Amino acid sequence: MRATRSLEIGTGLFVILGLAALFFLTTQLPSGGIKLSFGTTPGYDVTAEFDNIGDLKVGAPVRMAGVRIGDVTGIGLDNQSYRADVHLHIYPQFSEIPQDSYASIETEGLLGGQYVGISPGGLTTYLKNGSQILQTQSAIVLESLINKFFANFSSGSSSNGGATGNSGNGKTPNQGQKPQEPHP
Amino acid sequence: MSTAARHGTLFDGVRRFGVTSLFFVRLLAACVPALARPRLIVAQIFNAGGRSLIIIMLSGLFTGMVIGLLGQDVLQRFGAETALGTLAALGLLKELGPVLTSLLFAGRAGTALTSEIGLMRATDQLTAMEVMAVDPMSYVAAPRFLGGLIAMPLLAAIFSVIGLYGAQLVGVQLLGIDRGVYWSQMQSSVGLHDVTEGIVKSLVFGAVVSLIAVNEGYHAEPTAEGVGLATTRTVVASSVLTLLFDYMLTAVFL
Repeated sequence: MRATRSLEIGTGLFVILGLAALFFLTTQLPSGGIKLSFGTTPGYDVTAEFDNIGDLKVGAPVRMAGVRIGDVTGIGLDNQSYRADVHLHIYPQFSEIPQDSYASIETEGLLGGQYVGISPGGLTTYLKNGSQILQTQSAIVLESLINKFFANFSSGSSSNGGATGNSGNGKTPNQGQKPQEPHP
Repeated sequence: MSTAARHGTLFDGVRRFGVTSLFFVRLLAACVPALARPRLIVAQIFNAGGRSLIIIMLSGLFTGMVIGLLGQDVLQRFGAETALGTLAALGLLKELGPVLTSLLFAGRAGTALTSEIGLMRATDQLTAMEVMAVDPMSYVAAPRFLGGLIAMPLLAAIFSVIGLYGAQLVGVQLLGIDRGVYWSQMQSSVGLHDVTEGIVKSLVFGAVVSLIAVNEGYHAEPTAEGVGLATTRTVVASSVLTLLFDYMLTAVFL
């Protein structure tokens, strides 16, 4: 009797472990699956609005001077301004980031994923939970850059190739969000 | 017999193939009465799965770690280290998980099945069952086949999950790829159909390996040498067929 009991317990353990692994594979890996969050880590949350976030994904790192200081926890679309609303979670030890800091979307390597880079501003008031980074720069979309280049190259006169709607709406204090014009 | 001996190998191969196919049909028919004895199946799930668990987990861990090292080495030549998560997930889910699990399963559980049933045959236990009007197909063969069939997908899934954490161990902890990037790259590139492909593959491999193991044992020559030969044939045939079926299934799912 004892032998059958331990056998049943062993089988049960194996099957539970196997089903747990299957559950993990089907729910956690595919992009459409249910995501279980493993509690919240300490730190504070800030938001930033971008005109174009390119290929940025939830879970991407937030870096300052190349050092990881947080991660992207959410991406949404602002229904009024039609800009991407990115939620950033900053780790608690980086609590003194100036309020006028500058967020841009950058690419790791040539083919790598994208991340949010933060360049410090000069103010002595710091970002806190819930505050928004106002100065942002969009991801550089290679295709529109190439389009612009060719538009400039072929016509030689038009200053803006009209290939992108990337030129800001004037209301928000964005700086340098227009990709630099290539010189043919 | 003399003509058969002349064309020996060819006829033998064809005959063996026919015997296995017929056995498969009889086995499927025997699975229905076998379902009435779930306890036997549970015992075989433990034999095939529970006892292979440690070797599967260890192999999965090391396979994942190797993917981490190799992926880092190859991908950084293209400046795409962040794609390690994609590489590890697709590689493990679609190919390495089912195939390596199947090969290990053939070596660990398949051989045990063959030699067990072969020894039952050699010591006339199967004949004794027939005399007692107990069908050895539904009492001995079918529960072992079903046990292997159920255990394989679970083992392959465990292998893949452990492998993913092995790749993370090397790629993230040792070589410094970002942890969030590793998982988010994986999640954005893996679809549910990739998981399905792995599950279907491991089910097919489980059926193939279990069928061969049970069949070889059931038809083993009732001598010590015959059981040994049957065990060897189990490993060779199931390994080759696993890789063959893997190619076909990959082509089907492409």
